[in-house]
Amino acid sequence: MLVNEFLILGALLFCLGVYGALTRKNAVMVLLSIELILNSVNINLLAFDRLNGNSEGSVFALYIIAVAAAEVGVGLAMVLLIFRNRRNISLDDLSEMKG
Amino acid sequence: MVLASDIQVAQNIGFGIIALLMLLAGVGVVASRNVVHAALSLVLVMAGAAALYVLLAAEFVAVTQVLVYIGAVMVLFLFGVMLTRARTGKDSDLNNKNAPIAAFVSLLLFGVMAYVLMKDYSDTKLPNNGTPTSTKTVSDLIFKPYLLPFEALSFLLLAAVIGAIVLARKD
Repeated sequence: MLVNEFLILGALLFCLGVYGALTRKNAVMVLLSIELILNSVNINLLAFDRLNGNSEGSVFALYIIAVAAAEVGVGLAMVLLIFRNRRNISLDDLSEMKG
Repeated sequence: MVLASDIQVAQNIGFGIIALLMLLAGVGVVASRNVVHAALSLVLVMAGAAALYVLLAAEFVAVTQVLVYIGAVMVLFLFGVMLTRARTGKDSDLNNKNAPIAAFVSLLLFGVMAYVLMKDYSDTKLPNNGTPTSTKTVSDLIFKPYLLPFEALSFLLLAAVIGAIVLARKD
């Protein structure tokens, strides 16, 4: 198999995730798109792991999975807090930090 | 002469089916008008990624992907969807007005990445006869040369758990 099959698939999923993160208004949907991005990166890491044959890509993929789990936990807690204070989670309304 | 074992027909067909499924589900994640449908499409993408990891002979990462992503993270997402939205049906107010710019940016990004990949890796083949990445190898790597990042990651997870509790509790 060509390594490019995996790399192009990873690039496509990454760009889909970027598109989703930029267009979505709902904070949970933005987090979903970020998960898509992290998954595409993992595909790349494991393809290169197979190509180089030294198993280090697997280690980094596992680390990324753990970081993604931490990110989702904190992210959803923040979304929940925003929802509790404002009754909606539209990111366009969160403009207090704009100068 | 090209041998059939060099092309790996079965693996390529399997890859094609999985990749098509993942791309369709990925479009579902970013384009669906229904939050729950988007989350369930993401399950399909993650399951496809786990299948690709098996195809790449990284069995431990595939199992971890199923356990952590499909098992834990998706449950968390569905909880998030249900706690923050009263209705779970269709929602027309899910996207902002940046869609053309976002499409341009992501297409440009894909163009750059595809150009670089086609330039450098267009005929690089994955090794045909490599042994699967065994769990023993991965654990030897994690607990010997990558022990410090592992400890840092454990600390990050602890901090994330405490942070999530502090943020989400009612007081």
